[in-house]
This record gives sequence, C-alpha cells and structure tokens, in this order.
Amino acid sequence: MGRNHDHDPHEHVHLHEGPLRVGIGGPVGSGKTALVAALCRTLGSSVNLAVVTNDIYTTEDADFLRRNAVLPDERILAMQTGCCPHTAIREDITANLDAVGDLVERISDLELILIESGGDNLTASFSKGLVDSQIFVVDVAGGDKVPRKGGPGVTGADLLVINKTDLAPMVGADLVIMEGDAHRVRGDKPVIMTSLQVDPSARLIADWIRRELFTHAHRGQAVVTHAAHEVARGA
Amino acid sequence: MTPANATMPVLMALVDQRLPSGGHVHSGGIEEAVTDGSVFDVRSLSDFLLLRLQSAGLVGAAIAAAAAGPDGSGLDCLGLESLEAETDARLASPIARSLSRAQGRGLLRVARAAWAAPSASLTWRDVGERPHLPILMGCIATAAGLMPLDAALAVAYQTVTGPATAAQRLLSLDPIAVAVMTITLSDAIAQVAHDAALAAQGSHRDLPDLACARLDLVIERHALRPNRLFAS
Repeated sequence: MGRNHDHDPHEHVHLHEGPLRVGIGGPVGSGKTALVAALCRTLGSSVNLAVVTNDIYTTEDADFLRRNAVLPDERILAMQTGCCPHTAIREDITANLDAVGDLVERISDLELILIESGGDNLTASFSKGLVDSQIFVVDVAGGDKVPRKGGPGVTGADLLVINKTDLAPMVGADLVIMEGDAHRVRGDKPVIMTSLQVDPSARLIADWIRRELFTHAHRGQAVVTHAAHEVARGA
Repeated sequence: MTPANATMPVLMALVDQRLPSGGHVHSGGIEEAVTDGSVFDVRSLSDFLLLRLQSAGLVGAAIAAAAAGPDGSGLDCLGLESLEAETDARLASPIARSLSRAQGRGLLRVARAAWAAPSASLTWRDVGERPHLPILMGCIATAAGLMPLDAALAVAYQTVTGPATAAQRLLSLDPIAVAVMTITLSDAIAQVAHDAALAAQGSHRDLPDLACARLDLVIERHALRPNRLFAS
C-alpha cells in the first residue's frame, strides 16, 4: 500500500450524507420519467428536490422534465453514460456522484435527489455507494411474468412499482398473478400497483418517499439515541 | 521482507478499467472520430490511438512522472503550482483542460479513500477538488510507493485503453481484435512511458509540449454536439 499503509481507508468515506438519494430504475418504457415528473409535481412544493438523469443520449429525459416544467432548469442534471447506463449507476458511479456534489453545491438545503437510470434491463440496480434507497419500475404491458422472472431490480429494490395497471385488460395481463409473484420474490419489501394515467400525482409512491425522507432526516438522531442507550447501559 | 514487486498490484488496480473513477464515460475523442467517419474499424482505431499516445499520451505521461518527482518523492506546494501551470499551457483546447480536471475529480475520490496523503509535503486538500488527471496520477504513484515511470506507464496505457473500449462499444468491434490491437501497441506504450519519465527528470518547463490539432478538434467539436453518449 506504500507509505500510507497505516491509514484507515474508511476514514474518508462519507456516503449518504446530505440529501436523501433515491434511485429510480427499470426497463425501457416502464414509466420512469413519467414517475419522476409526477413525483416532482407532487413533492416539489413541500420538498427541496433535484433530479439527475442517466439517458442513452444525454438530454432526452431531462428535456422531458424541462418541457413539462416540473422543475426549474438548474435542478435537473443530465449525465452521459458512455453507452452503458447501468455502469453509470452501478460499477462506476463517478459521474453521478459528481452530479450529486454539483447539485448540493448549487442548491442550499437540498433534501432529496431523484436519480433516474437509463432504460435498462431486469438486471440493472443502483450501487449503495450512490443511492440511499431505490425504486424499480416495471409495467404491466411488459408481460405479467416479469415479477416472477425476478432479477436484482425486482427482488432487491426497496420499492417495486408495477405501473400501467390500466393496461392489464388490453394486454391480457393478470394483475393478481403479478402482485402475488412480486410479493413471493420480494418477501416483506413493499410493492405498489399503480397507473400514472389514473393517478398522475403518484400519491402512494410520493408517500413512500416522504417516509424515506423522515427516516433519512432522523437517522443521526437514531444513532445518538442508540449511543445514549449504550452509555446508559455502561453506566 | 517486502517483495520487490509489491507495488505492481497497485499499478494494475490503477489502470484496471473497473477502477470507479469515471473513465467509462470518456471516449478520448473517439465518439467524434467515429461520427466524422475517420475511425471506422480496428486499423483506423489503431492509427488514431497511436497518434493520441504519441502526442497527448506522451505529454500526460511526462506530467504524471513529474508529479511523482524525480525519485518518487513527489511534489511540494510550489512544485504543484508550477506543474499545474505547465499542464494548463500544454492543453491548448479549453475543453481538454476541463476534461482533464473532470477526470481528476473522479479519480481523487478513489485516491482520498485509499491513501492518507499524496506525499510527505502535500495533502489531498492541496491538490484541489479538480486536479488535472496526470498530476493526480503522479501524486497517487507517490502515495502508493510507485516510481515516476509507473505513473507515466499508467497514463500512457490509459491513453490507449479507455478510447479502445469506447470504440469497441460504438462500432461493435470484435473485442478480441481490440484486445490484440492493445497488446500490439505495448511496445509503443512502453516507449512513450520511458521517454516521458526521462523527460520528467528535468525542469517542468522542459516537459514535452507536443500538441495535436486533430485531437483538439475532435474534442472541441464533440463538446458542441447536443446528443452524445460520452462526456468526451
């Protein structure tokens, strides 16, 4: 390790400080950008938030958000992902960490950063070095076997959203099977069935993020409380 | 007793493309060269990379070797300041200058987590939040107990491998053919690293100062494109 071999490598790593970072991933066309737009509209008035997009081509999703005026321009950053959107959120998160750093520098008291992945496949997931929690979005039109197939996104995400439930009769998808399979592969982790067409405010998902925000904001206090208990026990 | 080559695994980790320092979003001008049609197969890729290696690669490798100091002892604050100025002067394209610092920012995150300080006389704070990539590589070499030649080799090697991978993705090239091309360029990479380390033994002012108009043009043109897959 060279001359600094006695240095504790963990000492300089300060992940998960600052605003809550929520990753939003899922296959192409499942409704990630529409969900991000809905969350910006629903949460934007009460939560100080910003968005990072990781598109195939730089600005498609960011432009969608700007066009729909869900957030002021300075709160949206679009990353280049070098043909590999999943690398940018998992193996090499550098560009996204830079974006998080830039947003924190630019906007004071930022509370929430939504990091949208590029449309990828069922194996994509966010590195814990980048996000505090992640939402995986699949849609009914992708077929009702998607939850059963699993993959890190479906099984491991903190929240699974099954979107476009309104399309079920048209594509012959069985929502009961989808929800049952999702719970089977995910154990106790939550699943939300929704349709952004029917509920453009994405109320259930916004509520889930509010709870995550509460937990994130109070995590330091929980540690203090725990430490206080330890001290009390020792005394 | 420490084996003589104990630092070799560190060097390998530094040039491993899995090192999470942001390299995968940079194509080193390849995306623009593919778009303008000048790089279209393994042969034209090899020509482009050799040009890059022997111009920007040599300059970067010499800066890295200089940052590691003549004997691996590294820079002090004055040396850092002079090398920063010489590096800025050697990057004619403003975009290339900002790209070098953007990549340094990514690598710095790894460096700070892995090593306490770049050298006995410098802290990571001294190098700033956005150090030039080759300067940082030299600082890391010092921190890790590597020699200036190692720092030069790392930069020269990456001058070739990063863009090669980008081309492989953009042109759907045969990955074996690209690997063979990289291996074929080994002698040229080693030669550039050697020349760079030698040049770095003198004053910072005398470091190699080759510029390549073609490379500067592709970097500048690329930055103007609205739709890009890579940051460079």
